Parts: sequence; C-alpha cells; structure tokens
Amino acid sequence: MTITSPTAADPTPVSLRRRIELSVDGQPVTVHEGDTLLDACRQVGVEVPTLCFLETLAPVNVCRVCVVEVEGSRTLVPSCSRKAEPGMSVQTASDRVRTSRRMVLELLASSVDLSLAGDDVQRWIAEYGARADRHGPAAAPAAAGERDRARPGHHHVGDGLSAATVHQPAKRDNELYQRDYSRCILCYKCVEACGEDAQNTFAIAVAGRGFDARISTEFDVGLPDSACVYCGNCIAVCPTGALMFTSEADLRAEGAWDEDRQQVTRTVCPYCGVGCNLELHVQDNTIVKVTSPLDHEVTSGNLCVKGRFGFQFAQARRAAD
Amino acid sequence: MDLRVTRVPATADERSAVDAVLGEPESGWAGGERAAVDGHVAFGGLRRAEERRHLLLPALHALQDRVGWVSEGGLGYVCTRLDLAPAVAYGVASAYALLATEPAGQVVLHVCDDVACRAATGDPAPLLEANLGPTGGTGPVSWQPSPCLGYCEHGSAALVLRAGTDGGRATVAPFDVARQGELVALGDRLDVQALPTPLALVPQLERGDPSVRLLRRVGRVDVASIDAYRAAGGYEALRRAVELGPAGVIAELKDAKLLGRGGAAFPTGVKWETVARNPRRPHYVVANADESEPGTFKDRVLLEHDPFALVEALTIAGLTMGAEQGFLYLRGEYPLAEQRLTHAAEAARRRGLLGEDVMGSGLRFDLELRRGAGAYIAGEETALLNSIEGRRPEPRNKPPFPADHGLFDRPTGINNVETLLCVLDVLTGGSAAFASTGTPQSTGTRLFCLSGKVASPGLYEVPLGTSLRSLLEQAGGVADGRPLQAILLGGAAGGFVGPDELDLELSFEGARAAGATLGSGVVVVLDDTVDLTVLLRRIAQFFRDESCGQCVPCRVGTQRQEEVLARLLAGRAGGVLAGERALLADLDAVLRDASICGLGQTASAAVTSAVRRGLVAGLQEGS
Repeated sequence: MTITSPTAADPTPVSLRRRIELSVDGQPVTVHEGDTLLDACRQVGVEVPTLCFLETLAPVNVCRVCVVEVEGSRTLVPSCSRKAEPGMSVQTASDRVRTSRRMVLELLASSVDLSLAGDDVQRWIAEYGARADRHGPAAAPAAAGERDRARPGHHHVGDGLSAATVHQPAKRDNELYQRDYSRCILCYKCVEACGEDAQNTFAIAVAGRGFDARISTEFDVGLPDSACVYCGNCIAVCPTGALMFTSEADLRAEGAWDEDRQQVTRTVCPYCGVGCNLELHVQDNTIVKVTSPLDHEVTSGNLCVKGRFGFQFAQARRAAD
Repeated sequence: MDLRVTRVPATADERSAVDAVLGEPESGWAGGERAAVDGHVAFGGLRRAEERRHLLLPALHALQDRVGWVSEGGLGYVCTRLDLAPAVAYGVASAYALLATEPAGQVVLHVCDDVACRAATGDPAPLLEANLGPTGGTGPVSWQPSPCLGYCEHGSAALVLRAGTDGGRATVAPFDVARQGELVALGDRLDVQALPTPLALVPQLERGDPSVRLLRRVGRVDVASIDAYRAAGGYEALRRAVELGPAGVIAELKDAKLLGRGGAAFPTGVKWETVARNPRRPHYVVANADESEPGTFKDRVLLEHDPFALVEALTIAGLTMGAEQGFLYLRGEYPLAEQRLTHAAEAARRRGLLGEDVMGSGLRFDLELRRGAGAYIAGEETALLNSIEGRRPEPRNKPPFPADHGLFDRPTGINNVETLLCVLDVLTGGSAAFASTGTPQSTGTRLFCLSGKVASPGLYEVPLGTSLRSLLEQAGGVADGRPLQAILLGGAAGGFVGPDELDLELSFEGARAAGATLGSGVVVVLDDTVDLTVLLRRIAQFFRDESCGQCVPCRVGTQRQEEVLARLLAGRAGGVLAGERALLADLDAVLRDASICGLGQTASAAVTSAVRRGLVAGLQEGS
C-alpha cells in the first residue's frame, strides 16, 4: 500500500485532503487528513508491530500490539485506527508502549500456538523480551468441542499452576479447509473477510466471551452445514496459520511443506471474465495453494471457490496424461 | 441476503413466542405461509434487515422465556424473521449469561456468590450443592452461581427464572437457608408470580432523615400511581424544562456543575449541549440502567421504588437533546424494576406525558424499555449501544464518542440513572441550591451502597464531600463491633481503603487525591474475619467471566490475573513471590494502558490496590 493513496475508508483524492502535521518520536511528519497514526509511523520508517491490521480490512484494533503513546491521552491508543490530528506528539518506544507491547505478545504466546505466525512475530517476541514461560507450563489441550460449549459467565477456576491456552484438536469437516483454533489469536480478520468487508456470507462470527471467545459457526455446526461458500477468503487473511488449505496442512503434517521449493506463478483465473489474478503456489509440480495479491485492483486478495480451489482440473489432467 | 438457516424447524411454541415480539410473518420469505405472490416478489433487502436488527435481543429473550433456552430451530426462526445470518445471531446469543444455548431445566436459580454477599454470608455453593446437586444441571430445578444481582443489602439473593407460558422471573432476597429450603421443597411446582416482593433497605428513611433528595419518594409514594407521583412533586421538573427550553435546561445543568455519576464524572451539561447542537439527525437518548458493578444496588432501589422519576428524567433528556426516541436499557437481573418501569411508561403515555405532544409542549418523545441479558460489559456505554442494536455487547473504540456517533451511528446522549435523577433535583430545586450542596467541585448528593459486615446495610444518600468515616458511622459501623480490615470502595473496578484512611473525603476530587475512586458508590465493609485473598480471587474471576474477549490485554490478561490469585490462594507461590508481584504489575500495566474499554482498564484496580496496601497474604512489600 502506498501511504498517500485514497483508502476504502476515505476515498477522497489525496490532493483534496487537508495536510496534518504531527510528530513521531520527535520527528516531524506530514500526513493527510484521514490517515492514521500507523500511516504516520510508517512514513518516517518507524516500525510498529501489527497483528489484527490488514490494509484491505476495516481496522478493528483488538490485538493492541500497535499501541502508541499520544501526549495528553490517559491510555495508550491503537495506531492502526486512530486518526492523525494536527499537533499530536506520538511516542512509539516509551516504557509504557514497550511494556504493553511486550505483554500483548507474552499473553498471546502463552495461550496460542504462534509457530506459524511468521518471522516478524518471532522477532518481535525476542525484541520486546516477551516471556511466555513465566505464566507457567501450558495447560493440557481442551477436548474437541469443549471450548465451543463454554457458557458465558461461567468457567472452571483452576489452581493457577498451569497457564490456560486455546489449544484443542484441529477441525477438519470438509475437503478444502482445516481450522486449527489452537493457532487463533482472535484478530477478527476471518470474520471481517467472511462478512461485510469482503464476502458478505457471514458463515462465521465471534461467539462466547472472555477467554472463551472463539470463532464459530452457529452452534459450532460443521462448515458443510453452515453458510460457508468455500471462497477461502478467511484463509487468505489468517495471519497465524489457524485457517489453512487441507493441501498445505497435509504436507505440513508429513513434514513435506517447503516454501523454498515452491514456485509462485501469477496468472489470470480462467473461470469467468472478471479477471481475478491468481498466484499459484507450486511445489513438486503440484499446485498446493492459490492466493491473489492483496494489492490487485480486482480482487484485493479475495477470490471465489472456483479461483481458490478449482485448480484440481489442472492436476487431474496431468494425472490422466 | 441469501440466508442459509438450519434445517431443524422451530417448534410451534418457539414460533409463537417470537411472533409475539415481532408480529406475524409478512410472507413466506420471512418464515410465514408461502403464498403464490412470494414466488414473484422479494421483500426486505439488506437495508430493511439492518433496520430490524435491533429486535434480535428481544426475540432471543422471547425464546429464552418460553422454552428456557435458545435452540437451533428457535434461533433459525429468529434469523428467518429478521433476515440475519445464524452465525451472527449465535455470536450475540452466546455472549449473554442469561441466554442458554444448551437445554436447561425449567426452573433455574441464579444464586449470587459475588463479593458483597460473600463478605456478608460466605459462599452459597456448598448448601446449594447439597440441596440441588452440582451447578448447571438439566433437571426440573437447577442452579448456577451468578455475579452480583444488586440486592447486596440483603447479603444473599437469587434470581428465579421459570420458562414457559406460565413462567416468570423474580428475585428472592434474602436467599437464606430457610428460603432455599422452601424453594427446593416446591421444586417445579414453584410459582414465580407468588414469590414475595423483595424490599429495599434505606435506613435513613426509617429514621425519617429529612436531608435525602434523590431518595425522598422511596417507600413513601405508591409506585403504581402516577397521581401519587405527581402529588409528591413528580413532573414539576418536566414542567420547568418545558418552560426553560433546551438552552435553559443546559444552562441550569452547567450552573449546577452536575457531574455524571456513571464513573467518568463528565459534566452533564456539556454532554447534553454537545448532543443538542449536533446537526446530524435524528438524535437519541439512552438511560443506562444496566447497573452491574458488584456491590451496587442504588439504581435498583430508585427504579423499583420511584419508577416514574426515571421516565420523567429521560423525557427531559429527550426534549433537551432534541431526541424523539429514548431507550431505557435495564439489566436483565431486575424483573421487579422492569415491571414497574413498564407500568410507569404506560401510565405516562396515557396522560400525554410521553407521545406525540409531551405535556402540551408540541414536542414528540417516547421511550422503549430494553432488557439486558446478563453481561456486565453491556453497562459500558458503547457496548450498551451495540447491545441495543442487536450486536455483540463489545465496546467500541473511542473516539468517536456517542455524542457524535452513538446509537445507530447517530448523536446520542447516554446517562446513568443516578445522573438523570440528579437532573430532576437540579430543575426542581434550582441550580443554585444543587451547587450549594457538596463541595465546590463535586456538587449535590451521592448514593452509597453499604453492604458486607456493616451494622445497618442499605442505601445511603449523603452530600458529596462527606467523609467515609461519617458514612460508616451513619451505618452503625462494623457489624458486631468487630475490627475493620478494609473497605472495598467503588466496586470490583474500584479499590481497597484501609482502616487508617477513613478520613477520605467522598468527592470526585477527594477520591482522586487519595488514589481511590467512588465508582458506583459501592462500600463493602470487610471485618477481620473476611479472607481478602479469597475475595480478590472472586473479583479476578468476575473480570475473567465478564470480559467480552475482544482485546488481548483483557481477554488473556484477566485469565492470567485469576491464575496468579489462585496460586497465591493455594500458598504455592513458594520462593517466586517477587515474580508474582512483577507479573501482577505487568498485567496491571497492560490492562490499564492498552485495553479498549473501562472494564479492562480497571480489571486489575482492586488487586493492585490490595497489593499496594499490603492486604494480600504473602505479597506484602519487601516480602
């Protein structure tokens, strides 16, 4: 994303927007009205960690890892959604900011499997000194469906000797997706992509509350019984590998998934005339995953079931040869 | 929207319960009989679906009240009627403790085991388990522990819910051993309507104290009679508001220096002016009667015993802020208040005090009562707005504030019950009289909820600036003359005050200077017999249960905080106390600084204040 381009939230051409001057860590920055503090930080090259933020989705500011200190504000503010205002003085590396970011990472790392959350997350955990182990050894994983039956306002109060986690068996109820909620940081991206930010299918939502909050279909019915249309747009936005193609999950389970050996080929989807760009991820001459570029003007990273999963014909023909 | 709804059909009972709220279905599209025309015409559309979404919670209540839970078929029918995706509706239903998404017994007792009742009478679980078995059973009568039910002055309470057309909802307080025995013996023959009406304890009224203002009608005026209310000074404030007009009312509020009683102490006149001047229309006003802070029962007493007052005050808010529609959001645990407020609104409507032409002013205003469903977080103003809109009760990020982007994204004035009733006091007595009470910065009187080990528990009204010692003395001091260990001031989101700090001035600035908060006026008195670590773990459990789960600091932080308290309670911290103290300090920092809303930002307040005051065994400074 280029910082000065019109956004979905504010489609006004940049040239018509008022300029706003503020400072980030003492450096003066000029952004346009409607830009966020995250935009301002990125403009001056200050790295701000983000987890629930994605350029193509409306910011939900729930992970709180992007918080910054704004002079005069009682609490820290989420940079991903807070709009820049003239004269703001923003600190991104104060003790308060570093403590909160460290704790957010620590709380997630102690309760969620972040092993597929990407190199940046591992680096931030190290840089901020987040220590998941000081919350105690991880508690035993929940049985399948146990977390889905948690009743709001009630939970078993343990002895505190182990740290509660969201670990549970992965859900595999269809041929295309695996949902491994042990890896879910509840960033709301899949809900947004399934719902009003992209697909408008609303097959999943956040259910329950507190530490028992989870992504769920109605009454935890399997995806085939839900409204899911298998567009895979939830997988495309999942930052932690909780949602995954079964083809990828199976290769990972075998220990055969190897991104270094994969070739990514950009092409146009052959199914209809919209012109969605596809990125075919190919390993050992087999398509193992299909994505679409986030910055593609037609898709913004979204596809339908045919573009996302309709590649089997290519492989079926090869098998027939 | 294309809906994919479960194939499980709703029962006739479920359909009739939902239809009673939503009306008969208009067409085959909305779950009715399929007529020939339905094949040719599409009704509804996304916009209409959005407009009707606010009916979701009332429809879910209808299912819960009729069959005792929200079933797959029932939810599917509601979704068909409202054009709403089932996953979305399930997300909403599963966020509320008073909506079950699994079958439950016909009679369910929600028994308070929260801080105030625990401090007074201990943990009710052992006796209930002996009588009714473990929690959450599906037999004809089952029980489950509940957070504070708002009858703290009685020291024990139970909310009794009976599903079915002959069912009902009522509170039993006190819920002592004898009452438990009676209810258990009745079993599923229990008639909810026949349960005795719980009382309110207001010791100042029993003594005939003439200084009370907000409480002056409590217990003295027939709650069912609008004439009795008017004879006791009711609707004088509305008359004055109509005379003054919006600008005049706002000037009075500003001159009175009235600060909001909901916790943030924001100037009410400024808030009302911001909404009134906002050019975007329509405007809404909302009364936040979702009192749920553990140890708080002040709003309940006012709602149950002076119901017309809130109706009048919300009307004034509506006329002043230019709203034609008001919402009264009442917590689901207050069935008696719901009955009386519903009656009061109907009586006011019949007299032309609500409706097309309020009191001959030529202005239109009406209000609708909405029942909460068991979620402390819904008391947070933006979560409350989401709850009314039929969304999950998750707080919104601020800014923008409700005065700009509130209910249905429109300018909205939302006030606490006590604040609204203070407005009546300002208008009837005049701003000068109001401002002459209290301290220069904290004007007027304030309600305090005394509970726990206190000689005369109950609701007290004192001028702001009164010392905590004087308030405690008015309530007869610690029960049985035992030594005071500490006072929990402000609620679970408040903090502890030690016996050496009783000179604390009960004003906004006095509390702030002492590093305390008045919160919702909670004063839980704890004598030397109360185990504070047990109490703290209950508070930690409360926040773990009531967090909406939206942001990481609160969702995981409240869980971790409870784990630390559990370790301390078990005395297993062993040689790592320094580690536990550092952990609590870090949790406090991230909760306070990085949580989205006030719940997370205060979830560690009580624990932190207890540690700071050396009240937690094993965690004294320097240990």
